[in-house]
Amino acid sequence: MKQEIALLVVFLLVFLYDTFLGKGAQKGLPAFTAILMFVITLLGLCPHCCGVGGEQTAFAGMYATSPVIAAIKNILNVGVVIVLIQSIKWTNSENMSMRRGEFYELLLVTLFGMYLMISSRHFLLFFIGLESASLPLAAMVALDKNRYESHEAAVKYILTAVFSSAIFMMGLSFVYGLTGSFYFQNIYFAVSSNMSILLVLAIAFVIAGIGFKLSLVPFHLWTADVYQGAPTSVTSYLSVISKGATAFAFLVVMTQVFGAVYSRVWEWMLYALIILTITVGNLFAIRQRNMKRFLAFSSISQAGYIMLGVIAFNAMGLAALMYYVLVYIFSNLAAFGVIGAIENATGKVSMDDYRGLSKTNPKLSFCMMLAMFSLAGIPPFAGFFSKFFIFTGAINQGSVAIYVLVLIALINTIISLYYYLLVVKAMYISEDEPVVATFKSAASERLGLWITVAGIICLGIASCVYTYLLDTTAVSAMQAYFIG
Amino acid sequence: MEITAVYYLIPALIMFCCGVYGFITRKNMIAMLVSLELMLNAVDINFVVFNRFLFPEQMEGMFFALFAIAIAAAETALAIAIIINIFRAAKNIDVRSLNEMKF
Repeated sequence: MKQEIALLVVFLLVFLYDTFLGKGAQKGLPAFTAILMFVITLLGLCPHCCGVGGEQTAFAGMYATSPVIAAIKNILNVGVVIVLIQSIKWTNSENMSMRRGEFYELLLVTLFGMYLMISSRHFLLFFIGLESASLPLAAMVALDKNRYESHEAAVKYILTAVFSSAIFMMGLSFVYGLTGSFYFQNIYFAVSSNMSILLVLAIAFVIAGIGFKLSLVPFHLWTADVYQGAPTSVTSYLSVISKGATAFAFLVVMTQVFGAVYSRVWEWMLYALIILTITVGNLFAIRQRNMKRFLAFSSISQAGYIMLGVIAFNAMGLAALMYYVLVYIFSNLAAFGVIGAIENATGKVSMDDYRGLSKTNPKLSFCMMLAMFSLAGIPPFAGFFSKFFIFTGAINQGSVAIYVLVLIALINTIISLYYYLLVVKAMYISEDEPVVATFKSAASERLGLWITVAGIICLGIASCVYTYLLDTTAVSAMQAYFIG
Repeated sequence: MEITAVYYLIPALIMFCCGVYGFITRKNMIAMLVSLELMLNAVDINFVVFNRFLFPEQMEGMFFALFAIAIAAAETALAIAIIINIFRAAKNIDVRSLNEMKF
């Protein structure tokens, strides 16, 4: 519970700062929020302060924390700190001066919703968490009031979000009708002996509802438009933090609620979804010219890789999923940091504008290159190790079908190499005159990029991170997968 | 004639399907929102009926329906606010005007 309380304290402090401090002090709000988040991230990493040592439950078992859950919350916190640092320049710009506080308050509320979603052991709390993690995001997408694209993205986001939550609740009502309870534990035991077709339908609806938030194909159509239309800071938040939290919540629901019917009901649904997600995401990414749209499709296919950790259905898959999300946070935020810096300075987001960038802005293009290498999974960087571990986790599941699935994922990695390298080619090899002139990015943006680059380079080599996650999950794997 | 759960579940299912159909075919954003509301209300009926007929000794389904209604209201308020923004910018709420970004 301590992490939630710490986050609520941060939220209240930010709210009071925004409401009561004078106009002159308002410029300090972004840095203030970033520092507070940084402090609670550090506190969360220390098991004696805010971290969780053992298992704890609250609200009559509706809410639970364990070392694994504390670890995933820490991962999200790290990502949020980087997003906050990167967004300082944008929130301090002229046309954000009226809405600066709202961005931070909404962001912290959605983060709280994600905490709720990850920790809940009861579908009512899970549903509230899911909604409070996705509804404020629609307001954040619409934050850029002067751009029509922002409103268009927001309306596309909110309509699909409500549609998906209606589908999710329909599935939930079937689950309730079958089992008569909303507790994960009760449902687990009630469905394990159930053979009805209604259960299959219910699970399909639940997967579809959460799949919308995760942007799995065929529920992905909102993703590219929303990512393109939203302000870049919101896009980066949406693509890493929101996706990472939902992926973990999805794992919790699939294992703790429907874990007993894994091979009988949902393994094959997820199998088909993963193949579709990785392949379609990759193929559509090839033809994108707008960088944000391009990263949207890349994030769709990354979501497919993340789902390999769910279908693995073992402790190693869980650890690999957490590690993948962590690495994905660093790589994707590096890419979005560069895009945001260039957009803030020149307003350009097309891939054609990146031609010859290495001649005018060598450091930015170097960051972008590292991010692309990491996302594609080229060896010395963290992305390679995260892909390696998630494939290993899936292979450990053991069936021949999963071998085929991993093979398809591997082939798709090669396809993805092509479009990630298109960006590197535009920056380094293209002979054209540079479009973007030399500029000096803000100190906050440079700091954010330094952190992400350090993460990309170090996370893969520092094997202690993965070992720590694997140890954490091994301890509570029994709790995570097989209740009681 | 005894009224069983099916007498409630079939209309709820029809309502849900009408909602899905309306969401896909309607061109006016407010009409799409109404369709979404139909879907959410159908789900609420489902919860209450399952609770009342299958598990009458507890109240969980009713409570879930209450929370779902509250959250649906929040969703609608937010969606209306965003649609008003669109109306200010584009002077109509036809969903076909949302074509700045595609593919």
